[in-house]
Amino acid sequence: MAEKKLVDARGSFCPGPLMELIAAIKMVEIGDELEVLSTDKGSAAEIPQWLKKVGHEHLGSHEEAGVWHVNVKRTK
Amino acid sequence: MKILVIGGGMGGTILANNVARTLKDDLKSGKVQLTMLSASDKHMYQPGLLYVAVGKMTPDEMYKDQASLLEPSIQFHVDPVETFMLDDNQVKTKSGKVHSYDILVIATGSRMFPDSIPGLKENAEFFYTEETAVKLFHRVREFQGGKIVIAMGVPHKCPMAPLEITFMLDDFFRDRGIRDKVQIHYTYPIGRVHTLENVAKWAQPEMDKRGITYETLFNLKSVDGEKRVLHSEEGVDISYDMLISIPSHKGMEVIETNKLGQNGWIPTDRYNLNMEGRSNVFILGDTTNIPISKAGSTAHFEAETVGANIVAMVKFGAPVRKYDGKVFCFIQTGSESATYAMFNYIKPPDPKAPTRAIHWFKLAYNKLYWISARGLL
Repeated sequence: MAEKKLVDARGSFCPGPLMELIAAIKMVEIGDELEVLSTDKGSAAEIPQWLKKVGHEHLGSHEEAGVWHVNVKRTK
Repeated sequence: MKILVIGGGMGGTILANNVARTLKDDLKSGKVQLTMLSASDKHMYQPGLLYVAVGKMTPDEMYKDQASLLEPSIQFHVDPVETFMLDDNQVKTKSGKVHSYDILVIATGSRMFPDSIPGLKENAEFFYTEETAVKLFHRVREFQGGKIVIAMGVPHKCPMAPLEITFMLDDFFRDRGIRDKVQIHYTYPIGRVHTLENVAKWAQPEMDKRGITYETLFNLKSVDGEKRVLHSEEGVDISYDMLISIPSHKGMEVIETNKLGQNGWIPTDRYNLNMEGRSNVFILGDTTNIPISKAGSTAHFEAETVGANIVAMVKFGAPVRKYDGKVFCFIQTGSESATYAMFNYIKPPDPKAPTRAIHWFKLAYNKLYWISARGLL
């Protein structure tokens, strides 16, 4: 497995953290992990919803000093 | 002091003109040299493509000679860079000439990449080149009825384009008197009709009012041109009679071949706009990897920041400004109405209700752009 890829989407309203993740997940291999950093609270809910629908794995989320860290694994 | 600008698009052109005017005495005396290298002798107003696609602008209105937009003190060459030798502060061009620099600006832009979705290139209509926009105009002009599906790749250039083409087509078919024979079906990759929540809050009821149907959480996986069906990553299939796509894009090939950034996006400091690890190399517009809109206004505001900093580096030996993430996007909400979204890294956009006055201002800006490119607006 490659090193976890960081998707730094802090301060991104447009295209936004989920769009940044959708673009980034295509650039990693199946089995690789990504960590999305977001200052948008909505992303903490929005990203897991998309992961569930498309079939990738949500490894967990936490908030730290106003930044949400959403951990993701590409599974397909 | 040698300043070298790679790329003659919006960002590179505004920056070069701003620097040339501010440092005119230094350029005249020879203390500073300012050179631009570009792949083309023409400058295209890219937002014009949307209007060409619905017959509201002619193709020739989108172009001017690049040299005519530049201050005379800028040395302009149509000779694209093929090799970046950043450790030696040099680049090598297609003609074989080597240019050295003290400060380098890379503003090479992006290119459409429909190939990332199997079947998309062969079966979809696009409007991101003059040729495809003109072809789309003829297709929609001759369309007699059926289902038009709007679908996009990720990431895509100009996040407002999907909404704009959708609403403009709605008006286009109303004007033709066949809107009742055309189903317009809009798809979007995330769980609402636009990534900006406030834009989505306005756009979704507007689609309902106009009878535009939509499918959210739809990420294109492949296109079956024979059966005329789109397949999504989420497992949804959608049939179509005409497919219009805003394809994904990536940075220019020269960026990838020189290993300056994955997918052609160069890692860039979001505030100082210098290439990560290189204080004398600045990146503008679509070429950065900053997670904000790839749009003309982004390149414009970044160019103002970097231009001011280059002047300060010449005069004070240090940069003076930081980029705050400012973006200003017009949103064409139909053939007779428009609004806009303005935001930065901290402040989200709060677009107002569309008006005819903003539409007129947008039409005026389509002409004023040439003053903007000269760095005067």
